[in-house]
Amino acid sequence: MMNNTLKALLSGMVLLLSCATAQAGSEIKLGTFLAVTGPASFLGDPELKTLQMYVEKINREGGVNGRQIKLFHYDTGANPKKAVNFVKRLIKKDRVDLIVGGSTSGTTMAVIPLVEAAKLPFISMAGSVKIIDPVKKWVFKTPHTDKMAAQKIFLDMNKRGIKKVGMISGSGGFGKSGRGQVLALAPEYGIEIVADESYGKKDTDMTAQLSKIRAANPEAILNFGFGSGPAIVTKNIGQLGITLPLYQSHGVASKKYIEMSGASAEGVRLPAASLLVANKLPDSDPQKKVILAYKTAYEAQHGAVSTFGGHGYDALFLAVEAIKRAGSTDKEAVRTEIEKTRNFIGAGGVFNMSPKDHLGLGLDAFKMLEIKNGDWSIVE
Amino acid sequence: MGEVFLQSLITGVTVGSAYALVGLGFAIIFNASDVVNFAQGEFVMIGAMSAVSLLAVGLPFVVAIGFALLITVAIGMMLEKFAIEPAKSATVVSTIIITIGASIFLRGAALLIWGKNFHSLPAFSGEIPIHLGSATLTPQSLWVMGVTALMVLLVRSFFKRTVTGKAILACSANPMAASLMGIPVRRMMLFSYGLSAFLGGVAGVLIAPIAFTSYDAGMMLGLKGFAAAILGGLGNPMGAVAGGVVLGVLESLGAGLISSGYKDAIAFIILLLVLFFKPQGLFGRAGSDRV
Repeated sequence: MMNNTLKALLSGMVLLLSCATAQAGSEIKLGTFLAVTGPASFLGDPELKTLQMYVEKINREGGVNGRQIKLFHYDTGANPKKAVNFVKRLIKKDRVDLIVGGSTSGTTMAVIPLVEAAKLPFISMAGSVKIIDPVKKWVFKTPHTDKMAAQKIFLDMNKRGIKKVGMISGSGGFGKSGRGQVLALAPEYGIEIVADESYGKKDTDMTAQLSKIRAANPEAILNFGFGSGPAIVTKNIGQLGITLPLYQSHGVASKKYIEMSGASAEGVRLPAASLLVANKLPDSDPQKKVILAYKTAYEAQHGAVSTFGGHGYDALFLAVEAIKRAGSTDKEAVRTEIEKTRNFIGAGGVFNMSPKDHLGLGLDAFKMLEIKNGDWSIVE
Repeated sequence: MGEVFLQSLITGVTVGSAYALVGLGFAIIFNASDVVNFAQGEFVMIGAMSAVSLLAVGLPFVVAIGFALLITVAIGMMLEKFAIEPAKSATVVSTIIITIGASIFLRGAALLIWGKNFHSLPAFSGEIPIHLGSATLTPQSLWVMGVTALMVLLVRSFFKRTVTGKAILACSANPMAASLMGIPVRRMMLFSYGLSAFLGGVAGVLIAPIAFTSYDAGMMLGLKGFAAAILGGLGNPMGAVAGGVVLGVLESLGAGLISSGYKDAIAFIILLLVLFFKPQGLFGRAGSDRV
């Protein structure tokens, strides 16, 4: 009698245990490492919120191919050394099936050798074109590059017949990298950079640099940077009475920039993702539905949406779609499927990947915006 | 080139005036206690951020600024009362380390209260620029220069002509003798921190319409103000003011005439050269210790 009960109990436990392991084995393990705190928290914070929000939603709706997603997250604070340690942990200890993450180019570049060696699909959310150029077999990314921003700006300048440009850029990583792209690409578009000035991250006044730029007689001014710098540049240009067209980069694509620059922001042009002007897109725009859905869902929980959270959205769904098509989490199969992504409509644009292009966005993913009456408007 | 020179000069004097106010705050506390108060930059940030918040609540402009300065003074005095005074037997170096800790604490608190965003104050009297030949300056620049000049004159006559001012100087010369003469040394210290915080708050409110403010805006201004105080000669309030203006002009001329990439380097190289050849600062008296 006793013996039988014990047997039943034991077999029950064994059954439970085996169930539990089966359950765990069928989870999709998604690893991520983001700069949720620290200097790049304005990137990592909305990215993580987006991932968590959608992973929960996918799981609630039955998962991917009937399997739940389990998110493994570590906060790098934008520190490449920490990123390396965390990615090692994701690969060796958590044994994740793929990784999305790396808010900054620094953390992304630092872990590329690791994921390449581990043969693990990796979708980065960082800006630099160096992440995918040259192409690395296992590495993809979702955000537009600074090269694309420069190209978009130069195309618009060509349309307006602008040939001489005075440049001012921030001395941080984003400004420097953008400056490099501008200098390298300008000749291709027949544009001459007649002045090349910079400012520090915490500088309070750029009138000295700007009067130097004015003295070089450019036909337009171009500013690459983010934070308070571009707003001060914009205000100073107004103050100096410079009436030249001003171009900013996608680094200022937030309402805060318009608010801080005040009246001087009128007429400023910049390339930015459609997410900023979701409500103003024509209904024929393929992105409109996707973007509005994301914007509504995010803003219901977390407040104003940013393009950065959109990079997280794109990374997650590129991965999810690829796993669906592959029908498994076999690393090579998933990688191949990500590479085969065609017409994926995301927050950043319409993605068309190929073995030669691990970003898959064209220049049309950027809209040229102009600030009118304190709001964005689309230039066509 | 003349146009660039004039514009850089105007910009330099404006930015330099803000450095001067911060430097003056450093000098006052140093004068009273031989301590370099590294939380000075945080006073600048608290002044500006409080004004932004009070304005957002709907207070009239002048009232908001008045209350913001009061808050800053209160925080300055609380810093003295709760962080510096309990450690009165500590050495000067330990006290300086306490002020560094306080600055990190204040910055962290500001991050929690106000978040990471930049904020701006409206300009005091419009934004229509004034033309000086080919150069321009904003009405706000005039406010910065004018109020700085006023503050400097007030502080100067305070130390020269009032009993309280002289009492503070006496505390710095010899705290023991000062207290034997019936001067309440602790209260004088409290007063110095309040005054420094007030000057920092004024700088913050003046510069916020030009340069914006955020929870970490005090760090850079604090460093520049410290450099100004060193350049002028620590412990010499008027030297700190001159040092601030010189530093601002150097930076700005460096950016305008030589290279914007090296403007901070140019300013700091000159600072190093001054300290190398005249370690007591431009306007400091050579130190002499009686044994």
